Amino acid sequence: MLARTADNLFWLARSMERADFIARMIEATMRLEYMPRPGVDDPAVEWSGALNAAGAFEVFEATHQAADEASAIDFLTFERANPSSICNCLENARANGRAVRTALTVETWTAINDAWLELKRFEATRRTGRNLDREALTRFLEYVKKASLDFDGSCYRTMLRNDAYWFNRLGVFVERADNTARLLDVKYHLLLPSQESVGGSLDYFQWIAILRAVSAATAYHWVYRDRVKPWLIADLLILKPAMPRSLIACYGGIDSALHSLAHEDGRSGAAQRKARATLSALERANMEEIFQNGLHEFITDFIEDNARLTETISEQYLFV
Amino acid sequence: MEPGGAFDEMGFGAEGPRSLYRHIARWLEETPPDVLASRRAQAEYMFRRIGITFGVYGDKDAAERLIPFDIVPRVISRAEWKFLEKGLVQRVTALNLFLKDVYGARAVLKEKIVPDELILRNPSYRPEMIGHRPPHDLWVLIAGIDIVRVGESEFYVLEDNARTPSGVSYMLENREVTMRLMPDLFARHRVAPVDDYPDQLLACLRSATPRAGAEATIVLLTPGAYNSAYYEHSFLADKLGIELVEGRDLFVDRDVVYMRTTLGPRRVDVIYRRLDDEFLDPVAFNPDSMLGVPGLLGAYLAGTVTLANAIGTGVADDKAIYSYVPDLVRFYLNEEPLLKNVPTYRCREPEALKFVLARLDQLVVKEVNGSGGYGMLVGPHASAAQRELFAGKLKADPNNYIAQPTLALSTCPTSFDTGVSPRHVDLRPFVLSGADGVRIVPGGLTRVALKQGSLVVNSSQGGGTKDTWVVDDDPAVEV
Repeated sequence: MLARTADNLFWLARSMERADFIARMIEATMRLEYMPRPGVDDPAVEWSGALNAAGAFEVFEATHQAADEASAIDFLTFERANPSSICNCLENARANGRAVRTALTVETWTAINDAWLELKRFEATRRTGRNLDREALTRFLEYVKKASLDFDGSCYRTMLRNDAYWFNRLGVFVERADNTARLLDVKYHLLLPSQESVGGSLDYFQWIAILRAVSAATAYHWVYRDRVKPWLIADLLILKPAMPRSLIACYGGIDSALHSLAHEDGRSGAAQRKARATLSALERANMEEIFQNGLHEFITDFIEDNARLTETISEQYLFV
Repeated sequence: MEPGGAFDEMGFGAEGPRSLYRHIARWLEETPPDVLASRRAQAEYMFRRIGITFGVYGDKDAAERLIPFDIVPRVISRAEWKFLEKGLVQRVTALNLFLKDVYGARAVLKEKIVPDELILRNPSYRPEMIGHRPPHDLWVLIAGIDIVRVGESEFYVLEDNARTPSGVSYMLENREVTMRLMPDLFARHRVAPVDDYPDQLLACLRSATPRAGAEATIVLLTPGAYNSAYYEHSFLADKLGIELVEGRDLFVDRDVVYMRTTLGPRRVDVIYRRLDDEFLDPVAFNPDSMLGVPGLLGAYLAGTVTLANAIGTGVADDKAIYSYVPDLVRFYLNEEPLLKNVPTYRCREPEALKFVLARLDQLVVKEVNGSGGYGMLVGPHASAAQRELFAGKLKADPNNYIAQPTLALSTCPTSFDTGVSPRHVDLRPFVLSGADGVRIVPGGLTRVALKQGSLVVNSSQGGGTKDTWVVDDDPAVEV
């Protein structure tokens, strides 16, 4: 297939996945924000964290004073200057999809286009007033999550299992791994084993918020059948293959997509080797070791490594 | 124009509808207005679904770009079509021979059939092509010939399109919509199918490969997602199962064209290009063009790649050359042209110019190189001031204009909120020339001037489209 097509499909999937993650981040942060929080009087903390996890803090800092709910949400949803804002994600997704219209099924295209049309309607509403009120915002975030489900589902149900599909899946999993890792990076200090805390404390709700951001609050209980403990959250999001957003599950997806591409092309390269190596390392890892060597270091390394995989894929498949 | 002035293809008045249209006439008569209204609404909805949601536009863009569709089909009899088909094959064959000659032996100039300067000073003439022989001498592989009707058996060619004619996606989608929307009406006729067009086109393109014997790699070259016909480009690439490429996806190495794929460079044999000559190669033509492929002309002239259509075909569909096409048919084929030209006054000839200036209120004046209904004057509908303006242009640059009598284009019943009413139509059949002959799917794109009385069918000027049915003459099928 055309290298440009592969590139477009990869970034189309990444954009849709990122939009979903940002929407979840906002929701989880809002919940946290609305809690009584004795002893915490800096509203910027949570929102700075959210901006950080979205990889948008630096751009935000350059143009804004301290982060509060209104400014952070606006920046994460409709700010054009923020490359990762939801509106830019959906715009990018559509621009990429439009450029490779023939590589998509009608259903997949419709899912992307409908999301974009809805975005335009929200933007129009927003232009008439100031910001969206909370009710409208909630509707918008729900909508974004649903759009991403539609997209994912229509890819899964309607696309031929050929290179177009595999580049698409590759984009989804690389982005998802990045999102989960960034969330962990921002919150890692809450997940250290020393942090045991009783239910009802602020920390407890922080942990729940992390789980919610990756739609794992219910899953946690099914997996561990235990009250929420921070190190188990880390375990769930890093090493549990059954958890669809865990790093190991994402790399399972990446490995399998790259394997399918190699099988179809009859050639395997640096990208396949690199993904397989990361997956094997995750399979061998255990939480005690990770905590011992430093959770933060582990996550930072992972994020860098994941970014290098994108570069390797670009080189191997001539995106550049 | 009111009924009575022009030939109505359904027919009305004392004689009643023509037999060809009897089912449609009955359907229009028996169907309550609200049902017709709901069909119209459904049609528009379906265009958004299968048309424009396939397509690449948003709500608002789509509203602008959605060419209105009229639900009442236009019917042509098998006999009428056979006649048109023969005439089209003849005409396009002559155009291909003409191009071969223009860039080759130039017999047409030596024999003084066409004045030298009309070709050699034509802005679409490409001297780079002198001596070039595309595979099988196919220059125009895809032609769109615009035909109008003025009477029961009177057809004229209004215009030849030998560069990058568009509209075929509407022909295909109109049929899909009609079949789904009016299955009963459809079943009462025996309508010749058009859905083999993509296969025919593919066969035609494949037959023109420069590397006979090898599996041909064919691509469709588009100017990109912001071009107004991008929808059609992506639609066709999808139906043909070929890559939709932009200039930046292609490169030329040692006079061979490659596309950049995930598996490395892949050689390209045939390019169905929907990009005008000037933009094809920034090295050879317009250096500011970001759309083309540097070195493409070199590869083309080296014969390693086929362009469909060839470079330089514009010299054959120019409105000044148009008036000579019947002579070209006689010259190259030794046959009388089957399809008539509209009588054309060449303003470059002083006598004709005088004649035209004296009758501006009766004539249609067109720019020799204009298209899309722009740069033309419809005399009877123009204001005195507009005519004055055009008279000035004509005197200043007579070579740039031709004039034709205002034809009473035939009308077809067309459905509106206010009821069914006749509107003027034309027809653009798509003629495919391949190594093994000329193919035309029956019918083509019918364009309809939706404004009452208007003769301008171009979509950029408020025109719409209709499904075009070529039906067997004796619709013995009484349901």
